[in-house]
Amino acid sequence: MTALTRTTAATGRRRHRGSTPHGVGRGTGWWRTVTGVIILAVMLFPVYWMINVSLQRGGPAIATPWVPTDISLDGYATALRDQGSNLVTSLVIGLGSVVFSLLLAAPAAYALARFKIRGAEVLLLGILISQMIPGIVVANALFGFYASLGLLDSIPGLILADSTGGVPLAILILRAFMGSLPGEILEAAWVDGAGHIRTFVSIVLPMSRNALITSALFVFLISWGDFLFALTLTTSPEVRPVTLGLFLYIGGDRLDWSPAMATAVLASLPALVLLVLAQKYVAAGVTKGAVK
Amino acid sequence: MTRAQPAAPAAEAVDHRTSAAGAAGPSARGAAARRGRRPSLFRRERVLQLCFLLPAVVYLLLFFGAPVVRNVVMGFQNVTTASFYTGEAPWTGLDNYADVIGSAVFDKALLNTVLFTVGSIAGQFTIGLTLALFFRRMFPLSGVLRSLLLLPWLFPLIVSSAIWRWILDQDNGVLNRVLGGLPFVGDRLGWLTSTSLALIAVILVNIWIGIPFNAIILYGGLHDIPDELYEAAAIDGATGWRVFRDITWPLLRPVVNVVLVLGIVFTLKVLDIILGLTGGGPANATQTIATQSYHLSFGQFDFGQGAALSNILIVISLTFAIVYLRATRRAVHE
Repeated sequence: MTALTRTTAATGRRRHRGSTPHGVGRGTGWWRTVTGVIILAVMLFPVYWMINVSLQRGGPAIATPWVPTDISLDGYATALRDQGSNLVTSLVIGLGSVVFSLLLAAPAAYALARFKIRGAEVLLLGILISQMIPGIVVANALFGFYASLGLLDSIPGLILADSTGGVPLAILILRAFMGSLPGEILEAAWVDGAGHIRTFVSIVLPMSRNALITSALFVFLISWGDFLFALTLTTSPEVRPVTLGLFLYIGGDRLDWSPAMATAVLASLPALVLLVLAQKYVAAGVTKGAVK
Repeated sequence: MTRAQPAAPAAEAVDHRTSAAGAAGPSARGAAARRGRRPSLFRRERVLQLCFLLPAVVYLLLFFGAPVVRNVVMGFQNVTTASFYTGEAPWTGLDNYADVIGSAVFDKALLNTVLFTVGSIAGQFTIGLTLALFFRRMFPLSGVLRSLLLLPWLFPLIVSSAIWRWILDQDNGVLNRVLGGLPFVGDRLGWLTSTSLALIAVILVNIWIGIPFNAIILYGGLHDIPDELYEAAAIDGATGWRVFRDITWPLLRPVVNVVLVLGIVFTLKVLDIILGLTGGGPANATQTIATQSYHLSFGQFDFGQGAALSNILIVISLTFAIVYLRATRRAVHE
């Protein structure tokens, strides 16, 4: 998803470092910082509002104060009581989906990047087209398949369904990265008598560590955030991801916004963590470029 | 991705060059030559290579190929919940399509889909491009601000829907409280409850969600434009709008194409946001082809009609997908 774009962005930044291409001198940049902060404040106001509401004392729907002066964690207590098991379900599905997607995607990406296989172009085209297929089409058909196979209301069923987002994405990210690995190293392993499997496991995978982490993070985020499959492929409260839990919360009759927003905050935690981690990767890229 | 899903192909487009440059690993032919000239070894090599691909290919066929085929078949059948257990689904020819297209909701949903898509894309793209241009220049904290900008896009869509549902609440929502303080606004607006406002509200929320995606891809595109061109333009005395019109825009065009077409394809299938905000209501005011297809299948349990409608959506999406692939190819070649 953004992973590669982000890398591109990092490279771009590196290239521009130190030069002031459009006559922006040192010191004149501060008004831009102020403007930037204002833009961000507007864009992220809903995020602030979510946190603000989540920290308010619970109760019927009343106008929320602008700042949480009287901080209460009641919302979180209620959210954890109602949605705790749903959060665990989401976590299990997310992790399961990461393992499943990478197991399938990593070898396939390697093959697509390194082997000259006839039909590889077709497969790549298929992957691109698969991204255009509306989720409701897949859900519509999967419901029938799952009903006959007994996969409705099951965690494996949701892991498989959610991986429809993860597998193609991971293949695309990993293929781009594995294609850029220095060919000499792989050739050297080959000359030393390592077969495809050994080369892949003991050289390609370790070298692709960063790309694997990036793919894993995004695959997790996709499965964690899935709502459509949770909505269509489950019918009972036993297997209920937090996204569906939140949806049912806000659709309820006696809606209390404080626990609902606390649930929203908890459901957004992976996104926050990802942002912090990815930020580190971008920073590493910039430093490396500066040293060179 | 429905929302978050997306983006991979764009990254693909942006990064094509790197991957093409490094495709020099141990090739099948070289391997066969080194190991000997016996064709059986060559075949073993091929089989081993295919084994790397096989699991992913099987999965994609089962979870994309089969559903699409099944959906096409279901479009011609009368499928109810019972069908999945009894296996009985009578053939009905084109009845599903006739019913779906003939229903009063269809025209409304088609119009809403067009308005939703065009409105969302126009807003996301314009604001995204403005932000990309703004962040193109380095300034203190620009890196941090730029990454924070991504935040809304990484949230689960249903979280965004939940937040906005409360912000847009008619009686206690913060938006109406702000607007209520302004002199020219009278009654509190029913953003999600009035038939004339709901679609606008849903579009606004979708714009908010899509801005980061547009901004970050366009930002990447802007950075691929060589500085020398700007320096040359500066020497020639070109400034502001002329630089944008004569240098930035033409060179950004391939990326613009990709962003727009991807945006359209992903917006067409948006479901989470609308279901979370309005559920398609009030009175179908925010019903799109995608949400209506969901309601037919999983609300009325008429899977045949749901399939027929979603097949129509596939055709629309694939039309744009073809445009997209052509745009990508051009982007890579240019």
